[in-house]
Amino acid sequence: MFHWLEKNPFAFALGVFITIAFAGLVEIIPNFVQSARPLVGTKPYSTLELAGRQIYIKNSCNACHSQMIRPFKSETDRYGHYSLSGEYAYDRPFLWGSKRTGPDLMRVGNYRTTDWHENHMKDPAGVVPGSIMPPYGWLYDNMTDIDTAYAEQLTVESVFAVPYTFNKDKGTDKAQLIPMRDGSTSIVLIGDNIADARSLALEEAKLIVADMKDENIKEAVANGQIPEIVAIIAYMNSLK
Amino acid sequence: MENRPLEYDYTVAKLFMMNAIFVGTVGMLVGVIMAWQMAYPEFNSFLGEGLAEYTNFSRLRVLHTDSVIYGFVLSAVWSSWYFVGQRVLKVSMAESKTLMIIGKLHFWIYFAASAVIVISLLLGITTSKEYAEFEWPLDLGITVIWLLWGAGIAGLVGMRREKSLYISIWYYIATFLAVAMLHLLNNLEVPTMFATSPAGETMIGAWYHSVSMYAGTNDALVQWWFGHNAVAFVLTTPIVAVIYYFLPKESGQAIYSYKLSLLSFWGLMFVYLWAGGHHVLYTTVPDWVQTMGSIFSVVLILPSWGSAINMLLTMKGEWQQVASSPLIKFMILGSTFYMFSTLEGPIQAIKSVNAIAHFTDWIVGHVHDGALGWVGFTLVAAIYHMAPRFFKREIYSKSLMATQFWVQTLGIVLYFTSMWIAGITQGMMWRAHDEFGNLAYSFIDTVTVLHPYYTIRAVGGTLYLVGFLMFAYNIYKTTSARRVEESELQNASPMGA
Repeated sequence: MFHWLEKNPFAFALGVFITIAFAGLVEIIPNFVQSARPLVGTKPYSTLELAGRQIYIKNSCNACHSQMIRPFKSETDRYGHYSLSGEYAYDRPFLWGSKRTGPDLMRVGNYRTTDWHENHMKDPAGVVPGSIMPPYGWLYDNMTDIDTAYAEQLTVESVFAVPYTFNKDKGTDKAQLIPMRDGSTSIVLIGDNIADARSLALEEAKLIVADMKDENIKEAVANGQIPEIVAIIAYMNSLK
Repeated sequence: MENRPLEYDYTVAKLFMMNAIFVGTVGMLVGVIMAWQMAYPEFNSFLGEGLAEYTNFSRLRVLHTDSVIYGFVLSAVWSSWYFVGQRVLKVSMAESKTLMIIGKLHFWIYFAASAVIVISLLLGITTSKEYAEFEWPLDLGITVIWLLWGAGIAGLVGMRREKSLYISIWYYIATFLAVAMLHLLNNLEVPTMFATSPAGETMIGAWYHSVSMYAGTNDALVQWWFGHNAVAFVLTTPIVAVIYYFLPKESGQAIYSYKLSLLSFWGLMFVYLWAGGHHVLYTTVPDWVQTMGSIFSVVLILPSWGSAINMLLTMKGEWQQVASSPLIKFMILGSTFYMFSTLEGPIQAIKSVNAIAHFTDWIVGHVHDGALGWVGFTLVAAIYHMAPRFFKREIYSKSLMATQFWVQTLGIVLYFTSMWIAGITQGMMWRAHDEFGNLAYSFIDTVTVLHPYYTIRAVGGTLYLVGFLMFAYNIYKTTSARRVEESELQNASPMGA
C-alpha cells in the first residue's frame, strides 16, 4: 500500500513533513496567543542587571542552576513561591535550566546578599564547605560590556514593546504616556544614548559596591569602570 | 564499458569519517575532563588559574555536548550517507561534477564552521539554548551546511537507478526535513545590530549579539520542542537509517519484517514530535501540553521498540555471528541499548517519576546510555564496516576491536548505574522532610553525598574514551593494513588477527 510512496520521493517527503509538523502546530500555537503577559510587579531588567544576565549566560551558569521553582512543598520550602508564567515575560531567552548541580536561583535575591555573592563567586567552597562550584575569579578582572546590554534594551524596546522609558522623558508627559503593560507605575529608565546608558549603569553599580568589601572593585567603580562581578551581583539581586 | 560495475566515489564519505573520529575524540575527552571536574573541583583549573575561564565546567559543558552531537554524530552520519546513499540509489557521486562540488562544499564549510564554533563557545559566545547555543551568524552558516546536504540528497535521489527508496533513505530524508524545521524555528532571533544601528550611525555593542524572538514560557516551549526533537532527528532517525543498512549488509541477513519497518517509521514520525512536553513538566507551560508530552512519551515505546525488535530479529537463525564478529556485537548491543533507553525515557516522562528525576543526574545517565550505547556503538560499527571498503583493506585487528567492545561496554555500565543511583538519591533527598515538616537536608548535603558516584562515572567515561582511542588507532592502522582487498565485499567485513 505504501509502495507507490516509496517511488515518489517528493510525495514521500511532503508526507513526512506534514506528519512531523502537525504536533508542533497543535502544541505551540495556542500558548503563544495568551502566555506572554507580564505578572503585576514584574519589571524589565535595568542596563546593569541585563549586562549581568549576559555574563550569567556567557559563563553558562544555567548549565548547573535552574530558575524554575516547581509547585512542590519541598521546593517552595527551599526556594520560595513556585514560578508563574508571567514572571518570565521579559526573559529573552528563558533560563529555566535542565540540571540542578547547584540550587535553584529564581528567587536568590530574597535570601542572599551582595556581600555573600562577592565571597562566594571568589571561593565557593570557602563559603559553602563541600561545594563543587569552581571559583569565578575572572569576574573580578574582566570589565562589564554595558554597550551590548544597552543594544539589547533598545532592541526589545523597539521590536517587542518592552516598556522602557528613556532618560530624557523622565518626569515628562511622555514618560506617563508609556504605560507599563502590567499596570504598575514603576518605570525602568534607560539611557538616551550610549554615554547616557553607561552613566546610568555606573550609578547603579555604585549602589552595589557600597555593600562590597573588595578594595580593587571599589576603586575600579570609583574610576568609572564596572567589573563583571558587580553586574552579575546586580542581576542576582534582581531575582526575586 | 556499459557492463562494468558501478565504481562508487568515497571522497566525501572519507573526509566525514576522519572528522568524526577526530572530533569524537576531542568531544569525549572534554566530557571525561568534566566528569573528573565534578568529582574533584580542583580540575576546573587544570591548565592553571590564568586559563581557568576557558577550562571550567560551565564553558566546557557546551563544547562537550555540541562537539559530540554535531561534531561526532553528524560527521559519522554524513559519512554513512555518502556511502549508503550512492549504494542503495545505485548512482556514483563521480557521475555528476555538481554533486561532487556540493559534497565537498558540504564538508569544508562544515569543517570551517566547526572551528569557529569551538572558539566562540570557549569565549562564552552563546545564546544559552541547549544544543542551539550558536549566535545568529553561525546559525546562518549551519543553515547553509544543512541546505548543501539537502541538495546532495535531492541530487542523488533525482539521479537514482533504483526506483524504490530503501528504508534508510526514508530516515535520512526525515532527518533532513525535521532538523531544517526545528533549526529555523527555534533560532529565530533579532540581531541587535539591525535594531540599533540605523544607516550612518555606529553600531552599539557586540555585532554578533541577538535577542530571542520568544520570551519566557514561550521560549521554553519552543526550545524544548526543538531540544527533544533534536534527540529524535539527530540521535535517533539517522542512526536507525545507519543500522537498517549496515546490519543486514554485515550479517548477510534480510531485514526481519517490511511491515514492521513501515509501521515503526510512520509511528515514529507522528509520535515523536508530541513528546517534547516532558522536558517542561511542573513548569509554567500549560497543563495540557505537559500531559500530552507525558502520554506521547509512553506511546513512543511502540515505534522505537518496533525498529529495535526488527533489528534483533534480523539476526534470527544467525546468532552465532554475534559471538564470532565484534562488529555484529557493536550493532546488536547498540540496538539493545536503543530498547533500553527508549524504555527508560518514557518512564522518566511519567509525571510522578519526573518529579524525582528532573534536574538530577539520572537524566544525564539516560542521555548517556542512549548516546554511548545506542548512538556511539552503532556509528562505530558503521565506520568499521565502511573503512575496509574505503581503503580496500581488511580491518587491522579483530582482537583490538573485541577489547574495545568490552572496555566500552564496561564504561557504559559504570556510567549509567552510577548516574541512576546519584539521580534518585539526590531527587529523594531534595524532597525529604523530617517529622516536623521541615526540610531534612540542606542543598549542600545532597551535593556531597554524590561524590563516590561522580568518581565512578568519571572512571566509566574514561574507559569509554580509552575504547574510542583503540578504535581510532585500529582505523588508522587499517588505512595501511597489510592485506589489500581486490574488490569490495558483499557482506561481512574482513578482519585481521
